[in-house]
Amino acid sequence: MTEHATSPPPLQRTLAIGRIEPGSAEERKLRETWETPPGWRGWLSTVDHKSIGLRYLLTAFAFLIAGGIEALIMRVQLARPDSTLLTPEQYNQLFTMHGVTMIFLYALPVLSGFSNYLWPLILGARDMAFPRLNALSYWIFLFAGLFLYASFPFGEAPNAGWFNYAPLAGLTYNTGPNIDVYALGMVLLGISTTVGSMNFVVTFLRMRAPGMSLDRVPVLVWGTLTASGGNLLAVPSVSLAFFLLWLDRRIGTHFFDVVNGGRALLWQHLFWIFAHPWVYAVVLPAMGIVSDALPVFCRRPLVGYLPVALSTVATMVIGFVVWIHHMFATGIPALALSFFGAASMVIAIPSAVATFAWIATIWTGRPVFRVPFLYFAGFVFLFVIGGLSGVLTAAVPFDWQLTDTYFVVAHLHYVLLGINVFPVIGGIYFWFPKFTGRMMSERIGRIGFWILFTGFNIAFFPMHIAGLLGMPRRIYTYAPDMGWNTVNMITSIGAFLFAFGVLIFMWDFVYSLRRGPVAGDNPWDAPTLEWATSSPPPPYNFAIAPRIASRHPLWEERISGKMRSRLDEGYILDKGREALGTTALDGDPDVILKMPEDSYAPFWLGVASLVFFSGLALTAWWLAALGLIGCGAAIVVWLWPRRELGQRDDTPEPHETGATP
Amino acid sequence: MSDFAEALPERARLPIGSPGERSGGWWGCLTLVATEAALFGYLIFSYLYLASQTTQHWPPEGMPKLGLGIANTCILLSSSVFVWASERFVRRGKRGMGVLMLAIALALGAIFVGIQLKEWADHPYGLTTHLYGSLYFTITGFHMMHVLVGLVVLAFLLLWTALGYFDRARSAALTIGGLYWHFVDVVWLFIFATLYLSPYVLAK
Repeated sequence: MTEHATSPPPLQRTLAIGRIEPGSAEERKLRETWETPPGWRGWLSTVDHKSIGLRYLLTAFAFLIAGGIEALIMRVQLARPDSTLLTPEQYNQLFTMHGVTMIFLYALPVLSGFSNYLWPLILGARDMAFPRLNALSYWIFLFAGLFLYASFPFGEAPNAGWFNYAPLAGLTYNTGPNIDVYALGMVLLGISTTVGSMNFVVTFLRMRAPGMSLDRVPVLVWGTLTASGGNLLAVPSVSLAFFLLWLDRRIGTHFFDVVNGGRALLWQHLFWIFAHPWVYAVVLPAMGIVSDALPVFCRRPLVGYLPVALSTVATMVIGFVVWIHHMFATGIPALALSFFGAASMVIAIPSAVATFAWIATIWTGRPVFRVPFLYFAGFVFLFVIGGLSGVLTAAVPFDWQLTDTYFVVAHLHYVLLGINVFPVIGGIYFWFPKFTGRMMSERIGRIGFWILFTGFNIAFFPMHIAGLLGMPRRIYTYAPDMGWNTVNMITSIGAFLFAFGVLIFMWDFVYSLRRGPVAGDNPWDAPTLEWATSSPPPPYNFAIAPRIASRHPLWEERISGKMRSRLDEGYILDKGREALGTTALDGDPDVILKMPEDSYAPFWLGVASLVFFSGLALTAWWLAALGLIGCGAAIVVWLWPRRELGQRDDTPEPHETGATP
Repeated sequence: MSDFAEALPERARLPIGSPGERSGGWWGCLTLVATEAALFGYLIFSYLYLASQTTQHWPPEGMPKLGLGIANTCILLSSSVFVWASERFVRRGKRGMGVLMLAIALALGAIFVGIQLKEWADHPYGLTTHLYGSLYFTITGFHMMHVLVGLVVLAFLLLWTALGYFDRARSAALTIGGLYWHFVDVVWLFIFATLYLSPYVLAK
């Protein structure tokens, strides 16, 4: 336990408005208060959302590369019929790990990276609501990722597909450690997702700058909030499913054991109740990136902010009642098919609202064709294609024809790469100056975009045709007389072209990190609050709490002829690590929050939970017990009430309540 | 909201630190309750789904016995009252009474665990005997784990209250820990209704 203060802070204080000039003594003090010390100590203990956000981005990108290499190996195997590069078992493990990696270890974490870095800056806050929980969320994500890959080098990786259907994933057909690693790894990863989501929800409700009422919140925030709310309700479903599966496999319960009254379909229900909302969780924040950044390159505010924000939330709400459309071919009653088919079509409405809003923004704006614009416009195009093939498969008979074929593979790649990867790369071009203080290359970026965009369509469009020609997904090879030779060859060539585009992007990234031109605070002339800070931002984000009066604080003068927000003069919070808590609806000042300092507790809690899950995986109960004790110890240290956070008061003399220093 | 930043107060007198329901922890605990409630919802969904699909006699060992279960439910629910009271006392400066109330709550929780363990031992079936046994022991086991965590939480609250950490103005830990305990109690009602009562309703 570290005790820094002998007496708790006073119970109340009068907050006053003032300025803190850059370079002043007050500003230096703020910097010292919020700075993470250099070296490995700071590295392991930091709770700064900016460091954590960048770690999320880089780690997720490393997983993207791993998943991409797996995909390329599969495309070599499938390029020609009757290929023998991979054995069926190796192919099973590769396509499973490809799915697991891309969907769980890349798609959401990369968006969490953006949101972790950007939320407090966009919201005008000092940090996330729970900085230590933020660090825990990252460590557990990293450890769960390593855990899921732990059996890969031994040739024992998960091998029953990313949706891991029972009974194939049961002990009868799958005796090795493959599925145990997947099951326990997913429960561990679920903890990371859950605590991360809690943090976003509470940050949204409590940490917005004063004056930032709900209708002044940028769309990226709505996207991540909706995803987080969805995750809080959906992740328990999949964690439970995987835990029950593990119990079936290693303890001997009967949940999915058909011989003893269990039901294989229970797995599908629990899995898809989670996995369909998850699909929206991995796209809504990315759509938010586009809704906020695309208008910057159209030189006008987003058309239809309110409908777009509402449709973001509506998508997730409807997303909770469409899971059966993954199960149309399982023989469930026709009434259920009709209901879920209809619900799946309804979800096209909020998606279309957003799409038309983006098109109208481009149409009525004065587009500036910089690299981020290309990625965002490309996203709109790919979203329309992926969305259309999705609506098609909402029709039950059509789905029966195409389920488990490459048509579905094409659809999901258009949706996930189109709505996730393109906005993400566009977002990195857009916020790279904020992250690093330097610009990425316009010329290389343009070349990279066209290679990525061309490669993507060459790779994935023919998959629609392969599916219509009846090629099932997840087959390790095919006979030469099936008529699938040409489409597969084209897909493989496109896949390598796409990978080349990713390489160009990475080269630009590394090159610009060192050599890019210096960016300045607001190189794109963007309207939102993160661009009001220096690039990269100071450790305390904002010297004073800015007061917000519109959605576009930096564009107010040109929109209404008058600056209405106050960004350089605001509430002063400088008595140690402090942040302003505001009311949930209007963003009125509500409480002065004492923020925790850097702490090792999140790291050790992460390590202890990794030990616990390793113990379960090895069925070494003593190791699991050890891990559990470690978790308990870390949590007690973490939550022990502390004077300097105003959580306890055991000074001998009762001090005067309400004393103003 | 006004269209101008100047509408915000020039000076605002605000509480500092962790003031009860304005503290971050309170809001964080609410999100924890939401996600945990979803977890128990999915457990109950699994039970009802499998019960509705079964071709076996359900429950296989005959209808659940209600007497002890109802008594135990009352014991658990009454513990919540004492947790609530302990916070009230601490806020009025009566620390000793606060500690006493927490001790009573802790004892009631421990009695609940003891009776539950006796019920477990009395069943002729176990976790792996049949599907119903898997469901019964997994669902009550999940709840039992939550009760045990709750008891540890109460024990630390008792310790901290006894050490004099909390007073009139600083008792957020009691508010937040209490919220978690109330959740553990309330969710038991749903589990009890599912495991003990629903077979009687569904049998008709």
